[in-house]
Amino acid sequence: MDHIAGTKARLVWAVNLSAAALVLLWIIPTLGLLVSSFRDRDQIVTSGWWRAAFQSEQSSFVRSALPETQREEGGLFVLSGNLFDTIDTGEIKAFGVTSRDPSGFIPGDTAPMSKGREMTVLTNGEYRITSPEPHSGRRGVRIFITTVEPPRFTLENYSNVIFAEGLGRSFLNTFSVTIPSTVIPILVAAFAAYALAWMQFPGRALLIALIVGLLVVPLQLALIPLLRFHNTIGIGKEYLGIWFAHTGFGLPLAIYLLRNYIAGLPREVIESARVDGATDFQIFRRIVLPLSFPALASFAIFQFLWVWNDLLVATIFLGNNEQQLVMTGRLRELLGSRGGDWEILASSAFVSIVVPVIVFFAMQKFLVRGLLAGSVKGG
Amino acid sequence: MALATIIVGVFGCVAYYYLSNLALDAVYPPRGPDAGRNINKALAIRPWLFLGPAIILLSLYLVYPVFNSVWLSFHDASGDRFIGFDNYVWMIGDEKFRESMRNNILWLIVVPALSTLFGLIAAAITDRISWGNFAKSMIFMPMAISFIGAAVIWKFIYDYRGEGSQEIGLLNALIETLGAEPKAWLTLQPWNNFLLMAVLIWIQTGFAMVILSAALRGIPEETIEAGILDGASPLQLFWRIKVPQIWGTIAVVWTTITILVLKVFDIVLAMTNGQWGSQVLANLMFDWMFRANDAGRASTIALVIMLMVTPIMIWNIRNARKESL
Repeated sequence: MDHIAGTKARLVWAVNLSAAALVLLWIIPTLGLLVSSFRDRDQIVTSGWWRAAFQSEQSSFVRSALPETQREEGGLFVLSGNLFDTIDTGEIKAFGVTSRDPSGFIPGDTAPMSKGREMTVLTNGEYRITSPEPHSGRRGVRIFITTVEPPRFTLENYSNVIFAEGLGRSFLNTFSVTIPSTVIPILVAAFAAYALAWMQFPGRALLIALIVGLLVVPLQLALIPLLRFHNTIGIGKEYLGIWFAHTGFGLPLAIYLLRNYIAGLPREVIESARVDGATDFQIFRRIVLPLSFPALASFAIFQFLWVWNDLLVATIFLGNNEQQLVMTGRLRELLGSRGGDWEILASSAFVSIVVPVIVFFAMQKFLVRGLLAGSVKGG
Repeated sequence: MALATIIVGVFGCVAYYYLSNLALDAVYPPRGPDAGRNINKALAIRPWLFLGPAIILLSLYLVYPVFNSVWLSFHDASGDRFIGFDNYVWMIGDEKFRESMRNNILWLIVVPALSTLFGLIAAAITDRISWGNFAKSMIFMPMAISFIGAAVIWKFIYDYRGEGSQEIGLLNALIETLGAEPKAWLTLQPWNNFLLMAVLIWIQTGFAMVILSAALRGIPEETIEAGILDGASPLQLFWRIKVPQIWGTIAVVWTTITILVLKVFDIVLAMTNGQWGSQVLANLMFDWMFRANDAGRASTIALVIMLMVTPIMIWNIRNARKESL
């Protein structure tokens, strides 16, 4: 028995550890983006996000005061000033006088330069360059410094993308697309699902088979014919057009899920309502609709996530002007125009995923239920 | 303005169902001298009131495009002139199409296989720990992220700064600590294809996990107990007794992901835009449609995608028929 108990404890450990590893592996990519979106733009490109909490080293050079500001002190010509007039923050860790050895001296040292000149840099940023002959030239002397910067976090990236980069407007546009594109198909599908589940009419079986078949029709196939059709009837780049498009594309899944659920409602309830003289419309409104709430909710979440995250349909059925560009479209545009500006990309991406992620965590129960109903037989 | 259109759109829809049903009751009232006849007539008509919008939308948005695409594929770029099989001949000879086809087949093999495998492992592991629900949520979470958002997230991981700069992409930093040279991953053929696939696998594993976990929990206890009594090790129990019992669900997960793979274009568009040998059919179609404005060729490529999902479509319909019988 001891032996078996031993293996079990070890197994439990192994399982817990591998679960932790798996979870870590899955959240690290998102975590990286989240951390980056709060970092200072200069720090993002000089150190990896996993070093965000630590200080970072930066090497650069600054120029001293102009030669015309030199003073003569005891036979030496002196240029002096404070480095912190030029750089904002940080702590000077090392300095140098040539680009070949930019960090050869520590603050307080006196570094020899060419033509008998000497340079001293102190930790408080004060520097002093002395020369036996007058300083010449039009520009200041280069001072190479290595500074250590404390970690800097900022909300500036967010305010920047929301206001300056137009993400705030896109946020509203996305809502204008998403809400009707979620509500309309639910309504249309619920009525159709009820008819397919509880009403008698010729061609019912055929219609159900057709809907199952349409479940897999690739969106790509529909784009060109529909764009032409929309252009013909004059809703080529209108919100109305994209609502219809999302409704059409979402309907097969909606009808399929809802029909499965509604067909599973207890027969007695519906039959007894019929006997009491209720019409199908009344039964649907008073009995079926309230009872099917879980199924309606799970499809609503699917459709919401799908429409919110969609790029293809929005690119094709909406314009890319201020009033119509949705968030996924904006993100794609930023990837092209601001591809190297990670602080912009990271915070934009985060703004665009925050709503679906909140919906996801809040409604996870319904989402899982819907997935199971669609995939596992019986549901 | 936008709010007004939203309200009009949604309420217009509600109004249709409400008013049309009221009208039907007014025309054929279920009372009075003709009550019986009226009820029968209303019964015959009402299903079509319920189904009407759905049928119109489905035929217009899904059925009509299938036929129209076939028609377009036999026409030139603007869709005016009949050109026979020219588009198909062009397609077969096109180097970019062949590359997309090759890549798509790779995607079709790798993504469903690895997503399902990781999903299965994740399901098996998370079902046995006390914080399983939290772990599941975390692995499932990428499902809520858009493909384009995921592309940004992963572009950051594959980032390459070049010699002399500090690498800020996780992958290159990792490679560096292992002592190898950082690389510009997304331009590295043919590995860049697999790096793009990793993004989709990351998203889809959660989906596979949730469904497979439910299936695993549905396995009858007796079979597992019998296995334990016969001395099966935990691994044997999993692979030999549990997995064979959920083949049906695995097949469903596999096909669902397969369909998705064929439609994915956002990831490729955002990360490489089909450069460096990473083109796929859906993005190639998008290219021909928008950059080249060639409806004929784009439709031909779309039909190839359709052709690839047709077997799944037939399989689905047959299954649904079996269920409803």
